[in-house]
Amino acid sequence: MQQFFDTRKRPWLVWVGFALVGLSLALLPFALAQVGTTWVRITNYAILYVLLALGLNIVVGFAGLLDLGYIAFYAVGAYTYALLASPQFNLHLPFWVILPIGAAVAALFGVALGAPTLKLRGDYLAIVTLGFGEIVRIFLNNLSRPVNITNGPQGITGIDPFKLDGFSFGAYQSFLGLEFSGPIKYYYLLLAVVLGIILVNLRLQNSRVGRAWEAIREDEIAARAMGIDTRNLKLLAFAMGASFGGVAGGMFSAIQGFISPESFVLVESIMVVSMVVLGGMGNIWGVILGAVLLSFVPEILRWTVEPLQHALFGRQLVEPEVIRMLLFGLALVLVMLYRPAGLLPSAVRKRELEERAA
Amino acid sequence: MDTFLQQLVNGLTAGSVYAVVALGYTMVYGIIQLINFAHGEVVMIGAMVAFTIINLLVPTGLPPLAIVLIGAGCAVPICMLVGYAMERLAYRPLRYAPRLAPLITAIGVSIILQHLALMIWSRNILAFPQIIPSQTYFIGGAAITTVQIAILAICLTLMASLAILVYRTPLGTAMRATAQNAQVAGLMGIDINRVIAITFVIGAGLGAVAGVLFGTYYGIAQYTMGSVLGLKAFSAAVLGGIGNIPGAMLGGVLLGLVEALGAGYIGDLTDLCQYGFPLDACEGGGHFILLGSNYQDVFAFVVLILVLVFRPQGLLGERVGDRA
Repeated sequence: MQQFFDTRKRPWLVWVGFALVGLSLALLPFALAQVGTTWVRITNYAILYVLLALGLNIVVGFAGLLDLGYIAFYAVGAYTYALLASPQFNLHLPFWVILPIGAAVAALFGVALGAPTLKLRGDYLAIVTLGFGEIVRIFLNNLSRPVNITNGPQGITGIDPFKLDGFSFGAYQSFLGLEFSGPIKYYYLLLAVVLGIILVNLRLQNSRVGRAWEAIREDEIAARAMGIDTRNLKLLAFAMGASFGGVAGGMFSAIQGFISPESFVLVESIMVVSMVVLGGMGNIWGVILGAVLLSFVPEILRWTVEPLQHALFGRQLVEPEVIRMLLFGLALVLVMLYRPAGLLPSAVRKRELEERAA
Repeated sequence: MDTFLQQLVNGLTAGSVYAVVALGYTMVYGIIQLINFAHGEVVMIGAMVAFTIINLLVPTGLPPLAIVLIGAGCAVPICMLVGYAMERLAYRPLRYAPRLAPLITAIGVSIILQHLALMIWSRNILAFPQIIPSQTYFIGGAAITTVQIAILAICLTLMASLAILVYRTPLGTAMRATAQNAQVAGLMGIDINRVIAITFVIGAGLGAVAGVLFGTYYGIAQYTMGSVLGLKAFSAAVLGGIGNIPGAMLGGVLLGLVEALGAGYIGDLTDLCQYGFPLDACEGGGHFILLGSNYQDVFAFVVLILVLVFRPQGLLGERVGDRA
C-alpha cells in the first residue's frame, strides 16, 4: 500500500491528490448548505481567519516579531472599505478599487507601527503593538465627534456588497440548476483570495526575502553582519502582514454589511496570535490548520453544548459562550504544554526545540 | 489650578493602585521573563471575592472596617492560591520552552480565569455597599476623600513592605539571585522552584489587595475589570523598566498622573476655537473639541510608546543580566 503511494514512482498521484482536494473544496459549500446556510457563513469567517493568520504569520512566524495588535490592520481595512462604499459619506466605489486602497492604507499603518519600534525586543514589541491596537480601537470608537467619521460605537451600516457589473456577491442566484446563495458566492471568492495568498506565502518563504526574515528571527545581529538590511526587511514584514490584514478587513466589511469597533477588540488579536502559535509558527500549513481549528471547534461546541445541557439537566446551566471560551483557554494551555512548538511545527522550529532539549 | 490639584490627587490615587498591580507583573517578569497576562484576572478575582463577602456581611451589622478587612482577608489567600496554581500547572512545565509558549499559556489562563468568574458571578456588576462613611477634606482647593487617603496609605505601606522584603531579607536576596541567574542561584543552594512560586504568590496577594482597593475606589467590580487594569499596570511596569521593582512603583504613579492630567486637560488643549480656527461651531463662544476626555485610555499607551521609543529600557532601566 505504502509503495503504491510513493509519489516518486507515480508522480501523477500528486495531481490526483490536488484534484481531490480541489473537488472537495469546490463542493464543500453545497454540502454545508444542506446542514444550514449558517455553516457556510461560519466557513467564510474561518477563511477570513485563515487570511488573518497567514498575514500575521509573516510578522510573527517568518520575521519573529510578536505583534499583539494585529487586529488593528483588519480594522483599518474594514473601515477603509466601509467609508468608501456605504451611505456614511455617500461614496460607493467598486470593490476592486477599494481593496487595494485598503491594503495600502493598512500597509501604511503597518509601517507607522513598525518604524518607531524597530529597535524594540520581543516583549516590549508585544506590548507596544498591543497598545497600538487599543489606540486604533479607541479612535474608531470616538471619531464620531466633533466630525462624524466612524459613527462611533454604533458602527457603520449599509455597507455595499461586492458587485461586478450587476453581478452582486450578496444576492441569491440560480445557475446551471444549482442554487447559489450570497454566502456560497462569497465562499468561492474568499477561497480564490486565500489560495492566492497561500501561493504568495509559499513563494515568499523560500525567497531571498523569506530567508532574510528567517535569519533576522534567529539572530538579528548575525543577520545584520551578513549584510541583511534588517531595518527595511522588518518594515517590509510589518507592511506585508498589515496589507493582508487590510484585505481581509475589506472583505469582512463587505460580507458583514455592518461593522463597529466591537469587532476589533483585543481578544480578536489574541485569537489570531493563538491560531498562529497553536498551529505552528512559521509553517504555512500549520497556521492554516490552527485558524481552521480555532474557528470551527468553538462553533461546533456552541451547537452541541446547549442541547447536551438540556438533555442532561433539563435546562441551561452555563451559557454556551462561557463553555466555549473556557475550553478555548484550556486548549491553549494544553497544546502549549504538550506541543510547545504548535500542532504542525515548522522544520526549523522543531530542530531548535530538539537542540534546546538536548 | 483647582483642576490641576484635583487631577493630581485623583491621579496619585489611581496611580498607586496601578503601581501595586504593576509590581505583580514586574516581579514575575524579573524572575522568569514571562509577561504574566493572567495577573489582571487575579486582581479581578480578588475584587470579586472581596465584594461578595462584604455584601454578605453587611446585614450582620459588624463594624464597616471589620467587614472590609474580612473581605480582603478572604480575597488574598484565594488569589495566592490561584497564583500558585497557575505557576505550578501552566508555567513551570514550560520554563525551558521557547518564550512564546508560556506567553500563550498565560493568555489561555487569563481566558479561563475570566470565564470562570463569569460562570460564578455572571455578568452582574457587584456594587460596593455604602458602609464606609466617606468624608471629604479640602487641601488647597482639591477634594480628597477618606477612601482616597486610605488607598494611598495602604499602597505606600505595601510598596514599602515589599521593598523591605526584597532588599533586606534572605528570601529577597534569593529572589534577586534567581532573577540574575537562576542556574547559578540553584548552585548556591537556592530552591529556585520555591522562590519562583513564592514570587507568584506574593504578586497575586498584592494583586488581590489592589483589586479590592480599585473596586472600592470606583465602587464597582465586574468580571471584565481585569483586562484593562492589567494592561495599564503592565504598561506602568514597562514604563519604569520591567523587572525593576522601584521602576514599577514609579511607572504606576506616573501613569496614573499622566492619565488624570491628560483627561483633565486634553479637551481644552484640543479646542480648535481657542487657536482662532474659523469654524462654524466657534461662533458665539462655542467649542470645537478635537479630542475629549473619552480618550483617557489612550494616554497610557501613547506614553508607553513614546517612552519605549526614546528610552527602550524604561525610565529606571530594566534589570541587568537580561541581555546575555
